[in-house]
Amino acid sequence: MKRVAELFDALYFTQSHKSKSHLLREYLATAPDPERGYVIAMLAGELNFKYFKRNTIKQLMLERVDETLFALSYDYIGEMSETVAHLWPSLPDEDFVAPLFDEVVEFVQSHNKADIDTFLVRCLNNFSPSIRWSFIKIGTGGLRVGLSARRLKQVLAEYGNCDVAEIEQLWHGISPPYLELFAWLEGRSEKPDIRDKIVFHPVMLAHPLLADDIAKIDLSQYIAEYKYDGIRIQVVNKPLGKALFSRTGDDISHSFPDVLPLLDTYGVFDAELLAFDKAGDISTFNQLQQRLNKKKPSRQLQNDIPCGLVIYDVLEHNGEDVTQKPLFERQSLLRELYAVSRERVQLSNTFSINDVEALHSQREQACLIQDGLVEGLMLKKADSPYIPGRPKGIWYKFKRDPKLVDAVVMYAQRGHGKRSSFYSDFTFGLWTDVAGETRLLPIGKAYSGFTDAELKELDKWVRKHTIGRFGPVKEVEKTLVFEVAFDGAHGSNRHKSGVALRFPRVNRIRWDKPAIEADTLSEFKRSFLS
Amino acid sequence: MLTNTNHPDTWLEPRKEGLYCVPADAYIDAMQPHTRVIVTHGHADHARGGHGTVWATSPTLDIMRIRYGDAHATKTRALEYGQRINIGIVEPVYLTFHPAGHILGSAQVLLEYRDARVVITGDYKRTPDPSCVPFTAIPCDVFITEATFALPVFKHPTLISQIDRLLTSLSRFPGRCHLIGVYALGKCQRVLLGLRAAGYTKPIYVHGAMLKLIELYTEHGFDFGSIIPVTEVTDKHTLRGHIVLAPPSALHDRWSRRLPDVLTVGASGWMQVRARAKQKGVELPLVISDHCDWEELLESIQEVNPCEVWVTHGREDALIHACQQLGYTARALRLIGYDEDSES
Repeated sequence: MKRVAELFDALYFTQSHKSKSHLLREYLATAPDPERGYVIAMLAGELNFKYFKRNTIKQLMLERVDETLFALSYDYIGEMSETVAHLWPSLPDEDFVAPLFDEVVEFVQSHNKADIDTFLVRCLNNFSPSIRWSFIKIGTGGLRVGLSARRLKQVLAEYGNCDVAEIEQLWHGISPPYLELFAWLEGRSEKPDIRDKIVFHPVMLAHPLLADDIAKIDLSQYIAEYKYDGIRIQVVNKPLGKALFSRTGDDISHSFPDVLPLLDTYGVFDAELLAFDKAGDISTFNQLQQRLNKKKPSRQLQNDIPCGLVIYDVLEHNGEDVTQKPLFERQSLLRELYAVSRERVQLSNTFSINDVEALHSQREQACLIQDGLVEGLMLKKADSPYIPGRPKGIWYKFKRDPKLVDAVVMYAQRGHGKRSSFYSDFTFGLWTDVAGETRLLPIGKAYSGFTDAELKELDKWVRKHTIGRFGPVKEVEKTLVFEVAFDGAHGSNRHKSGVALRFPRVNRIRWDKPAIEADTLSEFKRSFLS
Repeated sequence: MLTNTNHPDTWLEPRKEGLYCVPADAYIDAMQPHTRVIVTHGHADHARGGHGTVWATSPTLDIMRIRYGDAHATKTRALEYGQRINIGIVEPVYLTFHPAGHILGSAQVLLEYRDARVVITGDYKRTPDPSCVPFTAIPCDVFITEATFALPVFKHPTLISQIDRLLTSLSRFPGRCHLIGVYALGKCQRVLLGLRAAGYTKPIYVHGAMLKLIELYTEHGFDFGSIIPVTEVTDKHTLRGHIVLAPPSALHDRWSRRLPDVLTVGASGWMQVRARAKQKGVELPLVISDHCDWEELLESIQEVNPCEVWVTHGREDALIHACQQLGYTARALRLIGYDEDSES
């Protein structure tokens, strides 16, 4: 455990990516299997245990510390693992033998809850705070040491002297502790074969289309499509089975049992998952939202809000990888495969755009389609292959402009992780009349949209303008206005104001604007709630 | 014994300039110039220039002279630890300084008025520090304590253990210049003494801003061995594998760019919080604090065993909660002008 804890510490505090990558390669070259495989899995966020989770640790901690003190400490430190690492009372026993990292992983994989709790407590009693931190991270996940999943794969590619695309491709077909991967990277065996496996394929992502891009790109080389307002998924259908994956690679098939039977063509497809209405037409995101985060939707719900797909790309068909074919060929393959129309499975329409004027007017028209089913346009280069990641200049999304509201900051809370100690989470509200008195009612929270420099200023502002405290929440003077951008608003009876925003973020900090000139709730409802 | 006529509520007021003692017409650690001020110690968030009469220990007055010039106050009164004087305007108010163990000259303030005893700790710590006189617990009715690190997550390790980590890093990375961010007053001298006590005999290089205060400590009898200002080193590459001390503000400043292959080291109680160390670009965080950790705070309160605890400067909520559980009457004394997370 010590060697791994030292590696995590070193990675955490090392500044440059180059040194991080060097440290990790050095470690891979010297550490044994299966330890190093589990380390990679942990860095990639792939380790998950039924009986060793964030809450397991929290409960064990709460059996040992006053709840109020725990809450205050957690709020201040901004991270569960570190809070517990320092709070846990040290109770070393003499015959304790520290387990190896892979022994920890294998223990928590193979024992029952009671045994695991006993094991965790004994380890925590004996470890030093810094080893505790790494140890707890095994269960809580979220070990952020500044190595993105992509960079991690690059390190593996450098280690094995191969192309990072090869690692990306294999990644979802292999599992910890990656013995076959290391064997291949070290030239001890053939590349693992994952063709028949039902796995997620790394996806291609789009850049937002900015004003500079519009001036730069040659529209005649691009094919346009609607950007539907649903959730992006990947459909994998092979003779051995089928699955739906989220854009991050989570298998979400169980949430959409009504969608799986709709798939009858073998292959790997990119699609937008959407709610449909009884007539078989696409329905709004608000409808779809009721289906999200439901692990097992009831029959009633599936019946009321059935889901379906709009398919727009193909990565593999009949066992053949088609990602190297240009987009227009992949699209004609799709048209062949989906020539016959199916229930709740549509093919994305493609069209060309002649000039910048048409680009704007097409977007405007697209966004007018009932209730904002379409949130903009996609522009994709016709002759480009399917490249996982976010390559530049190939796919663009041209979304509708966000909606804006001027709201007053009411409460602030400290951030977590990297933003630990900074007041970075803000609740904002709009003016309304309650019993003849003008006051603010909160309509949402925002955590993003400001720069690091602005974050520091906001933090300072909060500290200077605090007028009250409710545990970790600070109430501030009602004098600062945020121009909040959001993607949509809907009625909500969970909130006193009766509205909830979709993806609110701070568009601008209106240091200049008097709070009394911020928007009112009634104006807001008139403009944004239909 | 506290009564209706002597309860400190009736004669101590938290004002925006600082804590004010009415019957002595005096502030403790006033943030703005005032005619009569008691100063606990020399850090800039406690000691300011421009006052009328200042009561402080003589090292604190020396520090204030260095920082604000000889004319920092119209009149200074140097007091020894334990020396009791009357500073009352009409009725007597007795002032006594007792060691706080924070930095050279740091003092707790004991005020006695109509048989009520109040101790204002200023900043203090209990872990051994070779650069100052250790804290002593003074019995009192109201104990006004700081709460900089008043959360049970804060457990400060010994100075030796942290110096040891620094020396281990030096031998592991002998080509890297170890640049330590330390406050010029207190932390700097404590780290220097810690290094010497651990047997580190090589010259230690310092930023120019450190020199005057190091000299002052030397005048007070401390021996730091060979100290060389970085400006006197012509070939900066010879600083590889050596220790350089600089104020935290110089860590990522132009000043440090001339140093070879810098390994940034932090030395403060905040370094225990990983995200904080990382936000400051620190690669080797040393937890060296000049404040009490959680256990020290609770032990001190129990040792002093006052009727009431007033908490200020930091995480009041947690300490008040813990005091109440221990059976003490406790409350927050919110003094304005201190950034609750400011470093020291």
